Amino acid sequence: MTTTVQDKQPAAAAANAAIERTAAYYRLKADVEDFYYHEADLIDDRRFRDWLDLLAEDISYFMPIRRNVKFGQQAARENTRRGEGMSWFDEDKWTLTKRVEQILTGVHYAEEPLSRITHMVSNVQIKAVRPDLDAPRELDVTSRFLVYQNRVEYETYTFVGRRNDTLRLTEAGWKIARREILLEQNILMAKNLTTFF
Amino acid sequence: MSVRNDFDQLVDVKNGFISREIFVNADIYRQELDKVFTRAWLLVGHESLVPNPGDFYTSRMGDESVILCRDKAGEIHVFLNSCRHRGMKVCRYEQGNTSLFTCPYHSWTYTTDGKLQGVPLHRTLYDGVLDREANSLVSVAKLCNYKGSIWATWDKDAPDFHTYLGDAKIHLDQALDCRDGREGGSEVIGVHKWVFPANWKFAAENFLGDTYHNPSHRSVDLIGIGPSAAAGKKGRRDDELEKAKHVWISFPGGHGVHSAIQPEANEYIESFLDNPILEKYFRHCFEERKRRLGEQARLLPFVGTIFPNTSYHGRQPRGLCAWHPHSPTSTEGWRFFLVDKDAPQEAKDYLRHYYMRYSGPAGMTEQDDMENWLYATAASTGTIARRHPFNYQQSMGAYVTDHPLGGEVSTQVTEQIARGFYRRWTTYMQGGDWNELLGSPASNRQAAE
Ligand code: FES
Ligand SMILES: [Fe+2]
Repeated sequence: MTTTVQDKQPAAAAANAAIERTAAYYRLKADVEDFYYHEADLIDDRRFRDWLDLLAEDISYFMPIRRNVKFGQQAARENTRRGEGMSWFDEDKWTLTKRVEQILTGVHYAEEPLSRITHMVSNVQIKAVRPDLDAPRELDVTSRFLVYQNRVEYETYTFVGRRNDTLRLTEAGWKIARREILLEQNILMAKNLTTFF
Repeated sequence: MSVRNDFDQLVDVKNGFISREIFVNADIYRQELDKVFTRAWLLVGHESLVPNPGDFYTSRMGDESVILCRDKAGEIHVFLNSCRHRGMKVCRYEQGNTSLFTCPYHSWTYTTDGKLQGVPLHRTLYDGVLDREANSLVSVAKLCNYKGSIWATWDKDAPDFHTYLGDAKIHLDQALDCRDGREGGSEVIGVHKWVFPANWKFAAENFLGDTYHNPSHRSVDLIGIGPSAAAGKKGRRDDELEKAKHVWISFPGGHGVHSAIQPEANEYIESFLDNPILEKYFRHCFEERKRRLGEQARLLPFVGTIFPNTSYHGRQPRGLCAWHPHSPTSTEGWRFFLVDKDAPQEAKDYLRHYYMRYSGPAGMTEQDDMENWLYATAASTGTIARRHPFNYQQSMGAYVTDHPLGGEVSTQVTEQIARGFYRRWTTYMQGGDWNELLGSPASNRQAAE
């Protein structure tokens, strides 16, 4: 059929092997998990402006569309790409701020009344540390999410997937510099994506 | 399933009432699939999705999966995505390139022009019986590549696509033509697909030109998400049409558009304050278009629906939508986002960002549409609710039939386009012939003269 493109190991997975599971690794992992739980609280408690503060000014927030492709083409073609074409989200802090402002108008009817949402984060693994574990400034972290949304009366959606983040340490703590959200759906099985992931 | 024939009562356009049954009733829904979606011209995709021989793109027509495919010789086909043997989907990839479609079930294979080629153990099991020609993939009856957009119908008696469009053509053209006025030249830069719990007609009707629902977009208008938003402009689009006269037109074939006519002194209006490169580019496009089209350049598209379920956004966020019926209360939305193929990268990149923040389930504007369609559908399923028809009395009679643009032209916000759409929907549901389905535009004109 089509030319086969060999699946490449993601760079993060290769880096995984390099990080030794030392006490310093687990301390850092606990720190990152704590950060994620805090982030989930902010969104679920509808403290959206505080959530924005966790995002680096130059954040790239990206949710590709997942496509059904032939075996062997996953790496090359399964996901739409950051920086080209259409995805679900491929945006910066300005746009994310607009999304928050919109909810806060109180007349964004798709989130008025507000949905009830719970974010679960799990499977946290640090895949790369820069410059090193002794003085980490920037991390590549993978995790899984399960987001439950209940809206008005009967409307219920479950969003499950992975996140690939780059976190950056600042004076004010960790900030999300880059986030890739891989929702495990092809055709979106929800009428809207009004929450943050 | 009971077959209904009370459509004249359900759809009372004369008095402006339409029964909620047509939006929620399962029998009516089945009948729609039979009577509307097997006959009308439906949008399948765009040639830019299948640029090379052997390229395919899996699409839908109504509630059925189809394959849009460019054969080895370069010709475009549309087939039902179902094996002639036991119906297995012969293609479950969204897009790709192939020389054969191999059915996973018993391995019949089909060529890119739909012909049955390989049948395992043919000689032993089927010799002298199986007629390969008669077992090609089921092809649409007619297909049209209209300025790059691909349309098809299952009805061999359907008129050609241009006739089907009628006077709605020049409005759709503006979604498909280059920004500088050259014909065609668009490409699809991505497709959104999502499922929402509403009847498909809510979406189709919204894009006919339901300008009246503007207040539901107050939240984006308050914060500003348009191409001059960072410069402090509120609103969700641009100011391009601020001096224009708006027109709402119902066409005899059931299509409806909301377009705008710029004043005689057709001057460029700055719309991209956030980016000087874009401002320069779009100003250039504007001047070129004016030079090419002259008077005709004053007509600008806004939105429209080509009967029954294809909608377009003609300027920004530019694209073609297909509202695929899933059930009476569920619809699969597909939007093909368009840019000029030869637009500068900077413009394409800007536009895709704007499209993403505006459109579809992740778009700040259209999320509010979806909320409306869902709860309007949900609150119409009850027995009591169904006894009370929707009100369609807005701007009754406020249109002319002698306008050079053809059709029934209104210069005020109107539900005449919706009334026209459902009037034609009724003709389809009653099994009308193609003369009736086209609404004989000539006689409309004569009546006005
Ligand atoms: S169903 Fe396709 S070969 Fe049998
Ligand atoms: Fe809308």
